[in-house]
Amino acid sequence: MLFTLSDVEVSALAPDLIRNDFAVELRDVVKLYGTMAAVDHVSMSIRHNEFFSLLGPSGCGKTTCLRMIAGFERPTSGQILIDSKIMGLTPPFQRNVNTVFQSYALFPHMTVEQNVAFGLEMKGISRAEIVRRVGEALSLVRLPHLAKRYPKQMSGGQQQRVALARALVNRPKVLLLDEPLGALDLKLRKEMQIELKTLQRDVGITFIYVTHDQEEALTMSDRIAVMSHGKALQIGSPLEIYERPACKFVADFIGETNFLEGRVIAINGEFATLSVATGHTFTGRRVNGLQVGEIATLSVRPEKMQLVEHPVDGAANTYEVTVFSIAYVGSDTRVIINLGDQRLDVWEQNSTSTLNPDDYFFKPGEKAWLTFKPENALVLAQ
Amino acid sequence: MSNETSTIVVMGEREEIFPQEPAERQRVRPGRLALVTITLLTFAFLYVPIAILVVFSFNDARTGAVWQGFTLDWYARLFRNERLLDAALRSLIIATVSTAGSVVIGTMTALAMERFRFRSKTFWDGLLYMPVIVPEIVAGVSLLLFFATAGIERGFFTLVVSHIAFSMPFVYLTVRARLADFDLSIEEAAKDLGADEWVTFRRITLPLLMPGIVSGALLAFTLSVDDFIISFFVTGKGWDTLPIYIWSALKRGVTPEVNAVSAMLLLFSATLVVGSLILQRRRSY
Ligand SMILES: Nc1ncnc2c1ncn2[C@@H]1O[C@H](COP(=O)(O)OP(=O)(O)OP(=O)(O)O)[C@@H](O)[C@H]1O
Ligand SMILES: [Mg+2]
Repeated sequence: MLFTLSDVEVSALAPDLIRNDFAVELRDVVKLYGTMAAVDHVSMSIRHNEFFSLLGPSGCGKTTCLRMIAGFERPTSGQILIDSKIMGLTPPFQRNVNTVFQSYALFPHMTVEQNVAFGLEMKGISRAEIVRRVGEALSLVRLPHLAKRYPKQMSGGQQQRVALARALVNRPKVLLLDEPLGALDLKLRKEMQIELKTLQRDVGITFIYVTHDQEEALTMSDRIAVMSHGKALQIGSPLEIYERPACKFVADFIGETNFLEGRVIAINGEFATLSVATGHTFTGRRVNGLQVGEIATLSVRPEKMQLVEHPVDGAANTYEVTVFSIAYVGSDTRVIINLGDQRLDVWEQNSTSTLNPDDYFFKPGEKAWLTFKPENALVLAQ
Repeated sequence: MSNETSTIVVMGEREEIFPQEPAERQRVRPGRLALVTITLLTFAFLYVPIAILVVFSFNDARTGAVWQGFTLDWYARLFRNERLLDAALRSLIIATVSTAGSVVIGTMTALAMERFRFRSKTFWDGLLYMPVIVPEIVAGVSLLLFFATAGIERGFFTLVVSHIAFSMPFVYLTVRARLADFDLSIEEAAKDLGADEWVTFRRITLPLLMPGIVSGALLAFTLSVDDFIISFFVTGKGWDTLPIYIWSALKRGVTPEVNAVSAMLLLFSATLVVGSLILQRRRSY
């Protein structure tokens, strides 16, 4: 699937199927600590069985959002709905939601096994069934051999996996995961990502997933909310977030990009042309209804630009530049170029295999032509 | 004197840095000698009288401070002394009941003070330390006055209430110390997994506080059994505790029997206090 329908589009297509049928909804939620808004008018609707990620820099309010959904914090204003029911003062133990805590929060006086069994015991499930499911959950997180250990006797990564097992074993409708793989090494992290994604899809659990790892968010999520300073700046599929960032912050935060600041000198349908400080003009996709004369920023990702020896006559966004440095990183070559006094990153894919460094025909100090299509760049409001 | 002290500190430091330096080792240091002597005297002052008491509880002589040979006779006599045994039993009953009261009230107060936010909390917290500071004689007199004014007959009830009053702060303090490094997210995790307030308390909070509670309880029990001054003021007819009995026995002269009771009381208290300290040290699992 190359695009996802927005909520509005879906409800237009099938109104009774969709109305109020969300796993979790945040309606204009605000959380103040003193006068500081940890969460600032956030609205989001998370669908059933959706893998929904919260992505954003440290302190932007991700954990606070999860805590309000779980019922540990009360929103200062706004509403939270789980399964279309307004939560209000519903205590955590009456919400069909489980949390994987950022700090693990394992019970120190219980063994791994007892920790994982706790939720099932609370539900009054039979002993035999508990033993079976605990064993299953511990295998899933690759820890069946440590069942009798106490949390203090385990590494950070092992504790994190116990926290994961303790929540997963309950098969809740909604699982809130606060950086659940943060303490794991790369290999184990990849394995667990696959396990989680498979489980989420097969069992049909709604995941609300906090991560610092962009790649993790992009590969696993159905949709991502990018947050900054308590606000949800953009909610969309990984594709939308990466290819059509709604603002400078999102473009900058997700992946790499080049920014060129300038003034809008022309608008042509979907496109806007910008005159930048170096004296060059660039054209890109226009967003947020920009007007002529406004200050705006052109955002173009390094892999969406090319360096060529001979420019095509009359092509847009094509200028002579000087190569500043070259770095070979395996899959591609990362070139830094100078356009006037502006530095830009350009990534060229290494599509041919060669051992001779001179085969790459640009060397530092050489001239080259930079070119990119207007549809591959975005003009964002300031 | 202060001059001398600072010299010692400097010398001590140099010794740390050059532990093998022979010149340093051989020089006589009068300051150090004085310190060691004073320390030894302090220990002697603290423990020699107790040692004498214990030693003479095994002395095979009715009176006098002359060693006449070893006997367990005085201990045997204790267990035949009905009045003493009754007093000891009363002490144990009062200690048990008042400890139970202190544990419940002290733990609940500690939880409330730790978890709830309210105005001038520091002030209220300070008030709870007061019984630790108030001189026992003052506490005794004021409790006596209070019971007299309220028209409460002195006896079991007044003893228990008074003992709770002075031992509860110790439970409060040990539980509060335990709560200070209690990770609240653990309780949240329990609720997240479906445990209501009560189950969370019983399965999570209480087990984690247990070392603090038990250690506080042992202290409270010891204080209750050992207490003389306050008990003396608030006791009533037929409710003489063991310390009161010992005091009245002393009025007839110091006998080796009194030494024996005291030695046993000492052993009992020491065991409980050491137990309490061990539990307090045991931080986490
Ligand atoms: N109990 C609290 N009292 C006061 N301020 C708080 C409290 N909890 C969080 N905050 C503040 O709210 C903001 C959001 O915190 P939150 O924990 O939600 O961030 P986060 O996005 O989860 O960050 P991280 O990625 O570092 O975990 C921060 O500025 C934080 O300092
Ligand atoms: Mg967080």
